[in-house]
Amino acid sequence: MSFHIVPRSTYFKVFAALVLLLVVTVLAAKVPLGVFNTPIALSIGLVKATLIVLYFMHVRYSPPLVRVFAAGGFLWLAIMFALTFSDVLTRH
Amino acid sequence: MTVQGFAHRNYLNADYRFRSWLWTTDHKRIAILYMISITMFFFVGGAAAVLFRLELMTPRGDLTIAETYNRLFTLHGVIMVFFFLIPSIPAVLGNFLLPMMIGARDLAFPRLNLASWYIFMLGGVMAVGAIIAGGADTGWTFYTPYSSTYTNTNVILMALGVFVAGFSSILTGLNFIVTIHTMRAPGLTWFRLPLFVWAHYATSLIMVLGTPVIAITLLLVVLERGLGIPIFDPKMGGDPLLFQHLFWFYSHPAVYIMILPSMGVISEIVACFARNRVFGYKFIAFSSLAIAVIGFLVWGHHMFVSGQSVYAGMVFSFMSMLVAVPSAIKVFNWTATLHKGAVSLETPMLYALGFIGLFTLGGLTGLFLATLAIDVHVHDTYFVVAHFHYIMVGGAVMGYLGGIHFWWPKMTGRMYPEWWGRLSAGIIFIGFNLTFFPQFVLGYLGMPRRVHEYVEEFQVLNVMSSAGASILGVGYLIPLAYLIWSLRYGPLASANPWGATGLEWQTESPPTTFNFDKTPVVREEAYHYDTGLTEASHSHVL
Amino acid sequence: MEITAAPMPDTRHVAHHFDDAEQQFVAAELGMWVFLATEVLFFGGVFCGYAIYRFKYAAEFIAGSHRLDVWLGTVNTAVLLTSSLTMALAVHAAQTSRRGALVRNLLLTLLLGAAFLGVKGYEYHHKFEERLVPGRNFRFVAHSAHVPESLQPAKEEKVDPRQVELFFSLYFAMTGLHALHMIIGIGVLAVLIVAAGRGAFSGGYFTPIEMTGLYWHFVDIVWVFLFPLLYLIR
Repeated sequence: MSFHIVPRSTYFKVFAALVLLLVVTVLAAKVPLGVFNTPIALSIGLVKATLIVLYFMHVRYSPPLVRVFAAGGFLWLAIMFALTFSDVLTRH
Repeated sequence: MTVQGFAHRNYLNADYRFRSWLWTTDHKRIAILYMISITMFFFVGGAAAVLFRLELMTPRGDLTIAETYNRLFTLHGVIMVFFFLIPSIPAVLGNFLLPMMIGARDLAFPRLNLASWYIFMLGGVMAVGAIIAGGADTGWTFYTPYSSTYTNTNVILMALGVFVAGFSSILTGLNFIVTIHTMRAPGLTWFRLPLFVWAHYATSLIMVLGTPVIAITLLLVVLERGLGIPIFDPKMGGDPLLFQHLFWFYSHPAVYIMILPSMGVISEIVACFARNRVFGYKFIAFSSLAIAVIGFLVWGHHMFVSGQSVYAGMVFSFMSMLVAVPSAIKVFNWTATLHKGAVSLETPMLYALGFIGLFTLGGLTGLFLATLAIDVHVHDTYFVVAHFHYIMVGGAVMGYLGGIHFWWPKMTGRMYPEWWGRLSAGIIFIGFNLTFFPQFVLGYLGMPRRVHEYVEEFQVLNVMSSAGASILGVGYLIPLAYLIWSLRYGPLASANPWGATGLEWQTESPPTTFNFDKTPVVREEAYHYDTGLTEASHSHVL
Repeated sequence: MEITAAPMPDTRHVAHHFDDAEQQFVAAELGMWVFLATEVLFFGGVFCGYAIYRFKYAAEFIAGSHRLDVWLGTVNTAVLLTSSLTMALAVHAAQTSRRGALVRNLLLTLLLGAAFLGVKGYEYHHKFEERLVPGRNFRFVAHSAHVPESLQPAKEEKVDPRQVELFFSLYFAMTGLHALHMIIGIGVLAVLIVAAGRGAFSGGYFTPIEMTGLYWHFVDIVWVFLFPLLYLIR
């Protein structure tokens, strides 16, 4: 059985990035950017989640099948949002 | 009469103790546990149907008052959908056959498999408990705000029962996906898999991606109803359509959880009894996946008259038309498989042919309902009831019974009595059509569903339907009787009584605990039948 | 910098129905990811509800969000991110067969998780006192002494307390479900710590550590989205 051992230094770098992004997201929320505040917060969240998935959860080193299922859940969530909002946004 | 026993050691006679069943991790024994459980649930749900079909013999509420009637159809829907149809083929036949079909010794997670049965039973006990405590009257759909705010019936326990049972479905799907990916025998490439396996893979995807959504939805209903925190309540600005979107995000694909495994069974039976290679193997395989994916894009066709936007209605209507394409591909390809095959009409084949006809009718009327304008006319009428019973009973249950007969020799090591099998298949087909065809007419004439009274001009058709239901009931009782009888008195089955292809037929009947003495190696495509009867088949049946 | 290690697999843990340890590990990993996909959709249902109500009742959601303590939320996010780091380090320790480091990191993860829940409990308690728990006792006053003037809605802006209550329903449902997942995770960690202390895991067999890690990181990710959506709306 062979597997990748992610070096500890990588974990610490990712952690530093996560904490940095946390600070950025809290500060960004204090700046009044109108409608852009939420997209920015969500984008930062997405970057943080991606870092966690790729490094802490080892998806970067995982077989393709695991990546498909890791992405699949989010893809299906996107379907749910898209079609539900096709109703909500056009309802009178 | 002397009773013959099995000569060889197998999964049934490996251990006779009670706890060897309750703590088993053998996928075959777990399948048997599921079979017994869902059969009980089937007759509970059926009993409710008997009562309301009796009530509908007359236009007035002679047998039940409205409140009782509402509880009866809710009971029928909840039990049949969540505790019979959804687990039926996957948890019984899938559990039993899937590892054998791919040449594995068990599913990837045997203990999880057993856990899923216990979870299922816990959910079932909760649902039956809710029924005994007075039942719920929301319909199986649990629509808010009626379910969350207004009804005085046992919604919480009922919804929690469904919530719990959902996890069993998730775990089964998860187990199948991992098993199919990681445990195929050497040489068993994806395009050598039996179509039954493809169908179960597609079904498992739906179980895994859809079921969690209904779990959270029902949990929110329970939170709102139990703790009084507003979520769907329109008084507080909540959106009742939110519930419907989330509910149908699962519950429409759930229809494909019921029908896809049945389609897998039909592919096996048609190929075997037409003694032909399946026509367009890859098309059938991919159409299963297409149904699973497109099935997630169509849920809004349940909401055409709910206040959903017309734009969304049009999108969903169009998408619903699309899902007919892969379904039609399957029907065409089964028909083409029959063409120039050496067709013989044993019981499983009778069910398969019944399936193809009834599913086609159910599917085509589904196209009516997917058409926005027509749905507005027939929405919430018996037309809808007839349509989905053609799919769920005419399709899913016929497939289940066909599969049970086809693999009965493998599961029990005994043959069922063929004459009785054919007789009851015929009775079920006739009884089914007499029950549900009149309901198309009733619905088109405007009789609303879920109401215990109706105007007098509908009585003739309702009496026809009730008469059909009693025939159907007899049709279901006959197999129950002769299958139990066959466990003791049925002739011993050979390893491959139908002369079928597939790895499950290469091991003994019943199989040994680990299915195969040696891991099989696969060197050819599925369904390598030579057209024309082979002498190996049919010897002791005809 | 990546190292591919191939220590001798610990075959004692290979179940009868698998051919070898690798097949078993691949199956477990795939199974865990399929499970996490179901979790995405489980939480996704409430997120979808949140999105619709946020879209419809933006002002009320902002007013509700102002009643949450951003400072505590930030601290808790940091706590949770740190617990993810220690969890990742635990996996590393298992892979490199360092029993002491494994137990230590698992224990740290558990404690950080418990700290998160403690802060969460304190916040819940506070909301209870402010009568912001949805239900019969819910009272939302637009201009409350609990909120600094700068964060209060403008006088002319109408905020319907009923939809603020919807916000708090979702707040409690989402954070409650998240906390429930944390509690389950902590329970699993406790079992693992005992087993790790007895030397159950090594570079040849660390599947339970890796799987629990995946679960723990997933719960962390849920919070990464909950935090800005609940605490940081302006």
